[in-house]
Amino acid sequence: MENQIKIVIDGREITAEKGKTILEIARENGIFIPTLCHFKGADPKANCRVCTIKINNRMMTSCTTPAADGMEIENETPELNDIRKSIIELLFVCGNHFCPTCEKSGDCELQALAYRYQMMVPRFPYDFPQKAVDSSSPKILKEQNRCISCKRCIKTIKDEKGRHYFAFKNRGNKLEVVLDPDMGMEISDKLAQIAMKNCPVGSIIYKGKGFDQPIGTRKYDKTPIGG
Amino acid sequence: MSKKITIEPVTRVEGHGKVTILMDDQAQVKETRLHIVEFRGFERFVQGRPYWEAPVLVQRLCGICPVSHHIAAAKALDVIVGAGNGDGLTAVGEKMRRLMHYGQFFQSHVLHFFHLSSPDFLFGIDGDPALRNIIGVAQHHKDLAVQGVMMRKFGQEVIKVTAGKKIHGTGAIPGGINKNLSIEERDSLLVGTELLNADKMVDWSLAALEFFKNYHTNNKTQLDNFAAFPSNHLSLVRKDGALDIYHGVLRAVDAEGKRILDDVDYHEYYNYIEEEVRNWSYMKFPYLKHLGKEKGWYRVGPLARLNTCDFIPTPLAQKEFEEYKSYTHGKPNNMSLHYHWARLIEILHSAEVIRDLLNDPDLQNEDLIVKGEKQLEGVGVIEAPRGTLFHHYKINEQDLITMANLIVSTTNNNEPMNLAVNKTAHAFMDGQAQISEPMMNAVEVAIRAYDPCLSCATHAIGQMPLEVNLIGPDGQMIDQKMKNG
Repeated sequence: MENQIKIVIDGREITAEKGKTILEIARENGIFIPTLCHFKGADPKANCRVCTIKINNRMMTSCTTPAADGMEIENETPELNDIRKSIIELLFVCGNHFCPTCEKSGDCELQALAYRYQMMVPRFPYDFPQKAVDSSSPKILKEQNRCISCKRCIKTIKDEKGRHYFAFKNRGNKLEVVLDPDMGMEISDKLAQIAMKNCPVGSIIYKGKGFDQPIGTRKYDKTPIGG
Repeated sequence: MSKKITIEPVTRVEGHGKVTILMDDQAQVKETRLHIVEFRGFERFVQGRPYWEAPVLVQRLCGICPVSHHIAAAKALDVIVGAGNGDGLTAVGEKMRRLMHYGQFFQSHVLHFFHLSSPDFLFGIDGDPALRNIIGVAQHHKDLAVQGVMMRKFGQEVIKVTAGKKIHGTGAIPGGINKNLSIEERDSLLVGTELLNADKMVDWSLAALEFFKNYHTNNKTQLDNFAAFPSNHLSLVRKDGALDIYHGVLRAVDAEGKRILDDVDYHEYYNYIEEEVRNWSYMKFPYLKHLGKEKGWYRVGPLARLNTCDFIPTPLAQKEFEEYKSYTHGKPNNMSLHYHWARLIEILHSAEVIRDLLNDPDLQNEDLIVKGEKQLEGVGVIEAPRGTLFHHYKINEQDLITMANLIVSTTNNNEPMNLAVNKTAHAFMDGQAQISEPMMNAVEVAIRAYDPCLSCATHAIGQMPLEVNLIGPDGQMIDQKMKNG
């Protein structure tokens, strides 16, 4: 069985195909590792770091690390969960996230992870950055207050020629994901809705359908993220 | 020696306010003011937000009747999304909203009567303050307390099945509603349990009315004279003159019943209503433009609604309405404590409407939303439990709100509440050297009759202990009394 490897995640021995990432193997075996920037079908870039695990006592991101035979992996540990919680808390304080009035509430992965890791009180000071709302597109509202710069929209929303609708702008703490103003004027209904769905938070809002999903039927209303 | 008395904050009302009473050298009340001392500013920070967020955002003004703001905003946005001027929704869209609104009306009125005001009736205005609260009611009038709790729970459950949750839901969206009523949800309220079903709510509403009417029979002088004064009254009424808290036209009558505003399209409210700002309160003072500041102020809420409407379109409430109207020989009722009587009739009406709506098969329809040509401005008006509620929004071409104006129910009652405080202060404090706790409570009882939501009116929320200071003309504290709310 040359093509197979054996790894251990939280004491559980798993046999898997060679060449896969730890995240892929974990998901195939029903083991939850939190992610935000990772999106199936797009190249993993380890932007958000929330999928951090410990391999042979070393911190690594599970979305970009290929599994190797004999790896001893820690996942659900107090230490790692506290690191994940800290990352989520930092994402909250770096933006302006008001869940009560966000229409992605209940479908938001960041919010769902905050619940999972029991983010009760802020441990870090709020940044309260001045962010704009770009509503120039007839189909999409780009709400910069909620953007976590995960790049999922940049990687997945393209036209038939492969041109990206979204792109990074500025650098450092001024970094923003913006919608191309010209392409934003022409984006189709379908693609605008996919963009909203692919966004893990409420930063990309498809215009004209606000709050049409009743409370109780939203993605995380009944089943919390990670089960 | 002149004195300044401060009651701060006023207790057993929603929100935070204070009263100052200035007494002259002869210990006569010279001037009184109900100050609303907090500010929240929702009208400002809703600006720049996408319009469809407004019903969810502005309802956070309040935790007691958020549904009012939720629906008033949604009605304004119906206009913006081209779904007509308040009457263009599908049957299920409008009826689900009505069910939500009547559910909220029911629970909010019940909360006020049982939890906030019944202690004054059960233990007396001058009763022991240690008993004169909802805990005292629960200890000494258990059945009444259970009814109050279960009735409020029923109203909250109605809100939950229509808005998704009991407080701050998302049911009403521009152009309609985001869900219909399932058969299971319907039956959970219609059949329900022994203590929680639509018929039981009607029975208990009738019982609460009987309780109040008996109290009235034995305490006529107090209830009829306490803070009574003539005034104008304003509310929405249905086109045919029926009581309708969801939709209609604006009507106002004067103290004698003469119509001073009739059949007015509420989308043009700004042509008829003006707001005055006074430098000692964050709450504005609205008045009817054509009558001016001095004569144009008016009352809103249960008392006003039963003064402006011609009839109530449910049989049991109509019967009670006729008895209520006969007490004033068909003339407008200007007695502040009769707000409670009117409120109880509205509780009964709400219970009847909820029962009727639950039996309506339209609530299982699937056509939830209507949309048409987008507009850049919309006005939504409803009757909230505490009175007429105005929401007015303007948006830009990019769907962002550029202007919001909210005239909240309690704001409309600002001048009448000030007058009620003045009347009560004169009645209880003129010539008194010492200010007692019952005197302080009497002032609060006058305010409480209006069931003010000061946090809504000023967009504020606060703690509610009570503090009374007697201050001499030199600013020195002469006497101080405090209690916790």
